[in-house]
Formats: sequence, structure tokens, C-alpha cells
Amino acid sequence: MIPEIGHFALILALCVAVVQGSLPIYGAAVGNSALMAIARPAARGQFFLVLIAFGCLGYAFAEKDFSVLYVAATSNSQLPLHYRLAAIWGAHEGSLLLWTFILTVWMFAVTLFSAHLPDTMRSRILGVMGLVSMGFLLFMLTVSNPFERLIPAALDGRDLNPLLQDPGMVIHPPMLYMGYVGFSVAFAFAIAALLGGNLDAAWARWSRPWTTVAWCFLTVGIAMGSGWAYYELGWGGWWFWDPVENASFMPWLAGTALIHSLAVTDKRGGFKVWTVLLAIMAFSLSLLGTFLVRSGVLTSVHAFATDPKRGLFILVFLAVVIGGSLALYAWRAPRVGLGGSFAMVSREGMLLANNVLLVAAMGSVLLGTLYPLFLDALDLGKISVGPPYFDSVFAPLMAPAVFLMGIGPLAQWKKANLPDLAKRLRWAFGVSLVTALTLPFVMGKWTPLLSLGLLLAIWIVTTAVVGLRERLAHVDGHGLAGRLAAVPRSYWGMLVAHCGIAVFIVGVTMVKGFETESDVRMNVGETATIGGYTFRFDGTQDVVGPNYTAARGTFHVSWDGRETTILYPEKRRYPVQNQIMTEAAIDPGLLRDLYVSLGEPLDDGAWSVRLYHKPFVDWIWGGCLIMALGGVLAVSDRRYRLAWRKQEPAVVPSARTVRRKVA
Amino acid sequence: MIWLTLLIVLVSGPAWAGEARPLGEDPAVEARLKHLAIELRCLVCQNQTLADSNAPLAEDLRREVRDMIVKNMSDKEIIDFLVERYGDFVLYRPPLKATTTLLWVGPFVLLLVGATVLVITLRRRARKVVDAPVTDEEHRRVEQLLAQGGKHS
Amino acid sequence: MNRFLLPLSIFVVVVVFLGVGLTLNPREIPSPLVGKAAPEFSQPQLYDQEKIFSPADLKGKVWLLNFWASWCSGCKTEHPVLMDLAKSGQVPIYGMDYKDEREEALNWLRRWGNPYPVIGVDQAGRVGINYGVYGVPETYVIDKHGVIRYKQIGPLDPGTVETKILPLVKQLESQ
Repeated sequence: MIPEIGHFALILALCVAVVQGSLPIYGAAVGNSALMAIARPAARGQFFLVLIAFGCLGYAFAEKDFSVLYVAATSNSQLPLHYRLAAIWGAHEGSLLLWTFILTVWMFAVTLFSAHLPDTMRSRILGVMGLVSMGFLLFMLTVSNPFERLIPAALDGRDLNPLLQDPGMVIHPPMLYMGYVGFSVAFAFAIAALLGGNLDAAWARWSRPWTTVAWCFLTVGIAMGSGWAYYELGWGGWWFWDPVENASFMPWLAGTALIHSLAVTDKRGGFKVWTVLLAIMAFSLSLLGTFLVRSGVLTSVHAFATDPKRGLFILVFLAVVIGGSLALYAWRAPRVGLGGSFAMVSREGMLLANNVLLVAAMGSVLLGTLYPLFLDALDLGKISVGPPYFDSVFAPLMAPAVFLMGIGPLAQWKKANLPDLAKRLRWAFGVSLVTALTLPFVMGKWTPLLSLGLLLAIWIVTTAVVGLRERLAHVDGHGLAGRLAAVPRSYWGMLVAHCGIAVFIVGVTMVKGFETESDVRMNVGETATIGGYTFRFDGTQDVVGPNYTAARGTFHVSWDGRETTILYPEKRRYPVQNQIMTEAAIDPGLLRDLYVSLGEPLDDGAWSVRLYHKPFVDWIWGGCLIMALGGVLAVSDRRYRLAWRKQEPAVVPSARTVRRKVA
Repeated sequence: MIWLTLLIVLVSGPAWAGEARPLGEDPAVEARLKHLAIELRCLVCQNQTLADSNAPLAEDLRREVRDMIVKNMSDKEIIDFLVERYGDFVLYRPPLKATTTLLWVGPFVLLLVGATVLVITLRRRARKVVDAPVTDEEHRRVEQLLAQGGKHS
Repeated sequence: MNRFLLPLSIFVVVVVFLGVGLTLNPREIPSPLVGKAAPEFSQPQLYDQEKIFSPADLKGKVWLLNFWASWCSGCKTEHPVLMDLAKSGQVPIYGMDYKDEREEALNWLRRWGNPYPVIGVDQAGRVGINYGVYGVPETYVIDKHGVIRYKQIGPLDPGTVETKILPLVKQLESQ
């Protein structure tokens, strides 16, 4: 009964989506306020309906209702409750429901925080989002219904893939989807503006916080996925340039470019056409990612079980949504005005140069990801494009972007003076260069990449310091604390996010430069030393988990004779799917991680063991979290809070003309 | 108590605290194997390197590569051995040939084109915007309005 | 051309490729060995371990080389097809027992039947590597001069046998 309620709720949600996707947009076109007024209640209704469906599926999992095909396929009676709930998004159908649910969450958020928007704008935005959700609901109801019954019911479920039975599974997909789907808001704003023909600075101002919030979620989501792979896969890697990882990284790059280009559009009203295109691109890439994961066109560690019918459905949907938007763009964009003037050497110019680099990087990831498919489709052979390619292409594109990151924030808007900039930044550059060249020697090893990485990281931090000092000299406030408080939050946000990149670069550079690993055969009682730490293997014990059995090793780790920690890596066997999983044990630290994973049992209680010493590896994810924190700070800036609190539309076109005449 | 424990550890330590042996017989061979294997693709896996995979075929291939290293074959010879049997698919670093030219030069062409377009657009734009200085003026007014709107509430 | 149409055009191209991609199988890797001489080997035979199985013995014949194992589920799927083909006598299928336990392989054959006149044993998987095997079952069509003419990845099905293998065998026979 409950699953049928869920199914029915989805059908109702589809009906609401059809209404929401059509009438308000039509109403906005003909100026009918009654039709436009439908948008808000429709969006909220849809949110509640999908929430009900989501709850019903969750209930089916919690109650172990194996008469639901999806539940039987992705969970098991032995599976602990939190993983049963996470199993909602453990495979194709449920993760699609999560996608749709999050889309309605964002719609609901738009209804809450859009009081200051003109009615036409709001109804168009919600209408566009309604159209998107219509596609996804239709997809679910036609070829991927999570509520499909299994008659007769299975005695027990086939279990969630053991790889996914991890705390990361509980939180990573929702975060990632919040990011992916969050770009639908910026997308809807862009389409609404194109439809209405009112691409102006106000549009950019409104889009900015939404884009930044989605970007924060995506940043955290990607970082969590990477951290998860790091400890779960047992190879100690944190980024594999797998097609599915790339699918999440491309929207991130486009989104990052979008945030910066929105700044130009907001400040100077310039490059609206480009900004709109980026907004369309960021969301299109999210959709493309959804397609790549689910269609089976690429092999990936993460891909869902595939079905050509589903692939075809998403492809058609993709073609309609993205194709339609780009056609609208081609039609409307030529009429958009130019905006304010600025010189090539100016903050605007640098932000746009950064955009070119980010988009080129994004294009390279796209090219590398799809290239094997292109060749195969043209029958020119099968190739693999993997980490060596991406590493060698990506770094040269990002290094100049990071270098610009240091200069950009110090350049004046409109027109900057290069010699003046050079003068202001010479200390920062000198300090960075000298430190970057000498520090590796102090640490005992020098390679060009090590120095380059450190140079970029220190450059970001030193230029941030210079920027902050100059800023403090210009704000009013009593004493240092007062002045610090007077600096706007959005500025802090930018500084913090940039410093997050610096932290990230330090992590990547150090771990690539200094990590050590060792594959050893350890008898009980034997020791192995890595990175100055001595690991003593005290044998394994059999342990029994809720739905697995495991051999758990005990490793006493000591440094200079003093015990640092005890690590318990496991080799687990999940009987339902008969899968062996390696659970690495990690002692995380600010300056290094110690990582142990069990290989295979050898004779006499001995094991093959893999040990890693990974300096600064946590800085990689720490840097991402700092970036996201920067985003949060930027969104909490005063001007957005004011804008949201306001109930009256601030800049409806008519009001603008009236006031202009008064002024 | 601590001292006692320490004493026991110190005294009994050498009796069993042997240094573990590396898994491979020759660390230099293992290092080269690793160096090669991280750029090779495991064929049966979804998308894993030969170094990371535990699939039986991956183990066999590692064994073959190890044997070839011991026989002192060059990296190129080893890679050719694999490509002859499995094709370019095993290489995570696609070789530069006619069909992969676009892949390798694409990113830099993209950058070059992007930069050129940006410079040209900015130049052309600078000329156009001077012709219509109103736009800037108008924009400032929007800014002002947004700011005023905020203060009134 | 309207430069604002450029993104749309790029997108259309990508969609066409994605559409074609839907019809392809990314896990099937074409063998570079097709058209090349079948690698030599001399492996002990499964039934009579004293005897050697080598492709050199089959010069002048068109034959199939089928890599299989008792642990491989796809091999069971294709097994009836091999039995039928063997019975029809149109082309001999030689087996290569790939990374298997001898006892289990013998049991497997006892239970399901043996379509092979001769079976070689590739315990270490070295022959498999030389033939570019990456997942059993895999089947090679080898011509009179010992050249590989076709490689089937995964289980053979009656359709493939009818439309691809047999016509190719006929054509190779007549050469």
C-alpha cells in the first residue's frame, strides 16, 4: 500500500509539474498575473508530493519491504538501518528520485527567497524548473519506477553493494546532488532572463547567491567523494580521473567560471551573454553527467547498471533541455546590450581571462572523457584516456589560472595599471619564489613540480595578505578589529575560498612529492618502517559485523620508540554478494596520514600488507572545505541578506523607469 | 608499571621484532613495475590501473611485466608487448598518432582560441562602448537603485 | 554564421556521438591480433598430459580455438552452442583450458559433454596473454596458414555462429 502511495504521489507531482511548467510561463508572456500566481503554490505542492514519494520509498527500505523490486535489489534484512536508508540512492531508480527530490527542494527554496523578484521573473524561473522536473518525473514513471512491485516478494534482498556500505554513502550523494541540481536555479534564472529579455545587472545580482550556494555543495560533495575513494578503495588514491568523477568535476569548473563571470556582470553589466552561456553550461554538464553515469556509454568504477532504454530517454531529454536552451540563447543573445566599459588590464579583464582558462580546462576534461567514445563511434579503434593524460593537460592550464588568482583581486575595476600592480606585488612574488625554491631543499628533495606547487600556494596566500592589508587601509573602523569587521563578508569569502585553493595545492604537491609506500610481507610480530614510523603487526583476529565477517589486523605504530596509535585494518567478506572488501585503517593527522591496508593472507598468520605515509594529504579535502566555507561567507554578505528580507520587488522594470525619471 | 612494560618490550623485543620483508624480491624491480603499472589499464576491470587491480588477469599481467623487467627489457619493449596483444586500450596515456592528435592538442587549441577571442572581443568592445557611454551611466543607476532598495526596507 | 549558434552546433555534434555511443559496447576491445599469425605455443593436453598441443599441428586446417574454464559462467552459456557446432562437423573446435584446476575441468566436461577433439592446458594464463585474452570465453577463427581471422569476445550464440563464424569458415576453406 505504502509504495502505491509513493507511486501515486509521483504521478500527481508530474501533473503539477506540467501545470507549473506551462501556465506561469505563458502567464508571464501575456501578463496574466493569475496564471503567474500559480507558480509558487505549484512548486510547493510538487515539493510535498515528491517528499511523500521519497518518504514512502524510505519507509519501504526501513520496513524491509522486499515486495518492492528496488528494495529487494539494493538492500537486505541484515543491512543496518542507516545503510538501508542510504540504499534509497544506492542504484539507478532511487538516485533518480533523490535527484528529483533535491530539484524540488531547490524549487521550494526559490519560492521562499524570491519575494524581492518581479512576478514575471519568479514565475518564469519556477516554470523552467517545473519543466526540468517534469522530464525527470516522466523518466521515473516510464522506465525507472522505484516503486515497481516484485510478485511474489523476495524472501530477502540482494543487498547493497558492499562498496557503498560506508558512512560516505549516507552523505556524499545528497551533497553532490545538491550541487549538481543546485545549478538548475542559476540555469532557470538564465533561461527566465532570456525569455523575458531582461538580462541586466539585477539578474546577475540575483543569480549570484544561488550559484555560490550550489557551488559550495558541489565542492563539498566532490571532496567527500574523493575522501571516500581514498579510504574505501584501499589504494590510497584520491582522484582517478574516472569518467564519473569527471562528470562531477566539469560542472564544478563551469560553476567556478560562472561565479567569477557573474561578478563581472554584476559589477559592470558586461559579458552578460557569456555569463548566461556559462549558466546554461554548468547545468547542462550536470545533466550530461547524469547521462554518462546511467547510459553505459563509458566504463567507470561508479556507473550504474545500465539499460539502453534509459540511456535513450535521458539522451532525448538532454537534447530537448540543453538543445532548447542553446537555441533560445542563439535567438535572444544577439540582442543583449554590452554593459559598461573596461580595459583589458583590469579586474574584469582578469576575471574573464580566468574564465577562459577554466573553460579550457573544462573543455579538456570533456574532450578526454568523451574522446574514447568519439573514436569508437567513428570506428577508429578503442583507446583509454586516463590519469597520465589529464595530469599532463590539466596542470599547464590551471597553473596560469592560479597565478592570475593572485593578481586579479588586487587589480582595480575598469582599468588597472600593470607597473603599479607589479610594484604592489613584488614582495609577495619575491617571498613566494624564494620560499618555493628553498623549502623543498629543507625538506630533503627538490623537483620542479614541487617548487611550482609551493610557489602557487604561497603566491595565493601572500597576495591575499597584500590585498587584505590594502583593503584594511581603506575601510573605516576603530582599531584593527573594527577594521577587520568592516571588510565586507563577500571579500572575506573570496579570500578564504582562494586560500582554500592554496591549502589544496599544498596537499596535492606534498603528497605527490613525498608520499612513500611499501608492500611488505608481515609475519606476526614483525615490524616495517615507513616515513619514520614503525608498524608492528600483531596478527589478525576474526570479527563478526552486522552483515559481514572480517579478519581484523592489529598494528602498533610508534615513532622514535613511543607508541603513536594502534590501527585496525580489516579484510571483510560480505556473504550476500560474496564480495571481499578492504577496509583500510588510517591515522589522520595535520601533517601526515598513516595508512594501512591488508592484502592477502599468507601462510602462518602472515599477511601481505600495504603501508603508506602520506604527508599533508588531508589538506586536499581541508582545502575544499575551506573553499566551500569561503562560498558560505560570500553568501552571508549583507547585501544578500537585505535583498532576501525585503518583501517588495526592488527592481521591477516599471519601478526602475519611474525612479529614474524622479532621479 | 610503565617502566616494567617498557623493560619487557625492550627485552623481549628483539626476540620477535624482525623487520618485515618486502613483498617483491627485488625492490628495484617492484618500483619499475609500479611505475609502469600505474599507466596501464586493467582490461577486465571497470576502470582501474594494472597497479590497483586485484583481478586474476591483472596479477598475471603484473607477473609478465615483472619477468620482462627482470629480463632487462626497456619500458618501450614492455609496452609494445602489451599493445601487440591488447591494443592501445591498455595505455592510459594514449599514444600520439593521427587519431589522437585532436585529443592532445585540443586543450591548448581551446586555450589559444579562447584567449584570442577574449582579446579581440575586449578590443572591439572597448571601441563600441565608447560610442555608447550611456550604458555605463545607466548601469550605475541600477546599482544605486538596488542599494537604495536595500536601505529602505 | 551567427556566432551565437556555435554552442548549439557543438552540442548537436556531441549528442549525435552520444547517440551512436548508446549502440556501442565500451567493454568490448577489438583484438590487434586479427589478421596476424596466431601465436605459437606448445601446451600439455588436458586428457593426456604427456602429449603436446600446438597450433603447428593444425597447419592447413581451418579451426577454432576456444578459451574456456570450468569456473567461467559464460562458458556454460555457450557450451550447448559449441556442442551443436561440433556435432555438425563443419569446423573443429580446439579447447584451451584457461587458468583452471585439472580435476574440475575434467568434471565439467564429464557433466556437460566435450565438444573439443583436443584440449590444451594453460594453467598460468600465458597463452591467454599471448592471444590477448581478457575474459573467457573467447574464440578465435584461425585459417589454413595459421592466421587469426576473427575473434569472438564473450559467449558464442547460435546467431553469431550462423551469420559470422560459419560463412567465414566456408570462405577460408575454399581459399
